[in-house]
Amino acid sequence: MNAMEKRFPTRINFRRGQVDMTHGSGGRAMAQLIEELFVKHFDNDLLRQGNDQAMFTPPQGRLVMSTDGHVVSPLFFPGGNIGSLSVHGTINDVAMSGARPLYLSAGFILEEGFPLTDLERIVVSMAEASREAGVPVVTGDTKVVERGKGDGVFITTTGVGVVPDGLDISGANARPGDAILVSGPIGDHGVAIMSSRENLAFDTSIVSDSAALHGLIAEMVAAVPDINCLRDPTRGGLAATLNEIAFQSRVGMRLNEDSIPMRPEVDAACELLGLDPLYVANEGKLVAICPAEKAAQLLAVMQGHAQGGGGAIIGEVIADDMGFVTMETGFGGTRIVDWLAGEQLPRIC
Amino acid sequence: MKYVDEFRQKDIARKLAGDIARAADTGRSYNIMEFCGGHTHAIFRYGVQDLMPDNVKFVHGPGCPVCVLPIPRIDAAIELADRHGAIVCTYGDMMRVPASKKNSLIKAKAAGADIRMVYSTQDALQIARDTPEREVVFFAIGFETTTPPTAVAIKVAAAEGLKNFSVFCNHVLTPAAISHILQSPELRELGQVSIDGFLGPSHVSSIIGSAPYDFFAEEFQKPVVIAGFEPLDVMQSALMLIRQVNEGRYEVENEYTRVVTPEGNQIAKDLMAEVFTLRRSFEWRGLGEVPYSALKIAEAYGDWDAEKRFEITKSTGADVKGCECPAILRGVKKPTDCKLFGTVCTPDNPQGSCMVSSEGSCAAYWSFGRFRMDRVKEAAE
Repeated sequence: MNAMEKRFPTRINFRRGQVDMTHGSGGRAMAQLIEELFVKHFDNDLLRQGNDQAMFTPPQGRLVMSTDGHVVSPLFFPGGNIGSLSVHGTINDVAMSGARPLYLSAGFILEEGFPLTDLERIVVSMAEASREAGVPVVTGDTKVVERGKGDGVFITTTGVGVVPDGLDISGANARPGDAILVSGPIGDHGVAIMSSRENLAFDTSIVSDSAALHGLIAEMVAAVPDINCLRDPTRGGLAATLNEIAFQSRVGMRLNEDSIPMRPEVDAACELLGLDPLYVANEGKLVAICPAEKAAQLLAVMQGHAQGGGGAIIGEVIADDMGFVTMETGFGGTRIVDWLAGEQLPRIC
Repeated sequence: MKYVDEFRQKDIARKLAGDIARAADTGRSYNIMEFCGGHTHAIFRYGVQDLMPDNVKFVHGPGCPVCVLPIPRIDAAIELADRHGAIVCTYGDMMRVPASKKNSLIKAKAAGADIRMVYSTQDALQIARDTPEREVVFFAIGFETTTPPTAVAIKVAAAEGLKNFSVFCNHVLTPAAISHILQSPELRELGQVSIDGFLGPSHVSSIIGSAPYDFFAEEFQKPVVIAGFEPLDVMQSALMLIRQVNEGRYEVENEYTRVVTPEGNQIAKDLMAEVFTLRRSFEWRGLGEVPYSALKIAEAYGDWDAEKRFEITKSTGADVKGCECPAILRGVKKPTDCKLFGTVCTPDNPQGSCMVSSEGSCAAYWSFGRFRMDRVKEAAE
């Protein structure tokens, strides 16, 4: 029997227990939660050092860093939960620079009374997502707020990664004539979340597309190193992402509605709910912009990868001082695809 | 999406566009008012105007439920939450409509008022059941389409004896508004607006039927074609209107026969007649006081009438100075005629109601069509 086990004579009851204020107080209860939940599941050498920070030697190259807070409601949804989402989301934000993600940190804000069984489920799924992606959670933090001051659990993850030499990927790099590609059908995550909201429950087979995309990106940048932009169309959907890039790059875009991939179930759910699927969030898709002559090659690489199987070329970058993203509609007319105004759907990620 | 996609087919649209171009007399213009915001949205969303010849224009009417509600009614809803401490339940579009003093439901909510977005009257009823210690008010808005569900909610509350639930009724009537527009001096005397025909409402007509339009087609000698909300419906109906105009006819025709009958939905009409009565007059944003154009809750259901249950201050709030929503709602001006359009008034910072809902003309112009506008480009230079 080692010293650790003597510190905690009884194990935490994850089946019946709930979060209480002591779990964030810095005392023994917090140490036990860290030991029996976080260290146990995230298990890796850096975390096991037990320090307030993780120490590592960065590899050669440019480092990137990104952070993302997750407040999704409900916490569990078809195709994932706040835990897996918080891993995928930050890995993707790091990877959209072309970087290979290295490490993650995780900050938990827990609400007093939150069932430990739910917390364990979330941490297990985070650990699985992190292991599957090969990106360990190497440091973390836990705070507890009084009942009513939080909503179960909020998770903030931060990621660092390193960009291979020779890449120059930025939202500011789109050039007139470039092709615009998307890695698969849009709108799955937002519709999956909506279908599981209490006040809006409807039956659908749609599951969230939440996934880590760094594997796909590694193959894309290896084949076509002159990709100009990569971005994941999360909140605000495809429309918001394209408008951000058009604004950053001072260009316009012209899309073809018929070529934008979408599942019929998502299309139908959006029709029913009065939503425009272009504005609905994704958590496992990316937009890529590359020189037109490389588009076919890039598309072939994407379609050959599990995360890019439904990829398509959806439009082109054009010169336009006004930065308008326009779209030829499936009906034969033209419309603007504008920034999202207001809030289409709160707390989607 | 079977049953929907077939009304959005490009090849049929092209053929219809050809038919319209051949039917439209190049020696004249055709101004078609689409009454409903649903049509406005479809026209912009699918780029229908692009498929029309230059001399066929759509004039956008007042049929957007959140657009026509005057500021004092929104002030009243805020007061119900603020001063009376009620939980006010509302449809999402209403949240950002400007009230007086730069307030809105969404700002009042941020400041602590208990205002909740619901998707149906049933959600509001459930909130009332779940919180018996609080007053729960459903902020009812909309034309004849959304009125029957409100009637059902009131009847359910009565049947359950749900004492803490009430309805702040703002339901308005379509035929009265169309008549009012046709009687307006701008149209009759000044000739500022010329309207050659109407696209009649689709969902509203599924309730009230096509018969109520017979009167003003005859009285004002304007053709009406009841049109579905899909883009092919809009184009087919435009063609039917152009043919009526060419032939000097002014009849009520029904393009939306897959849903609308002459009599409408008798069950829904009976429900409305049981739970509501006509208001002598009601203020519309843009149209002013319009006689017999809105509904109030009938005496028998007065216990569920928020206007009887709570004392509401008479607000004198007026539209923002320079806002042309009133003229735009009457079809007298276009969104681009408004000085505020695209300068201080955008969907992110709406000054007038027409910039809020995707069914409002200004929001539709801004969000879907502004790349056509030279004025915006000049302003940016």
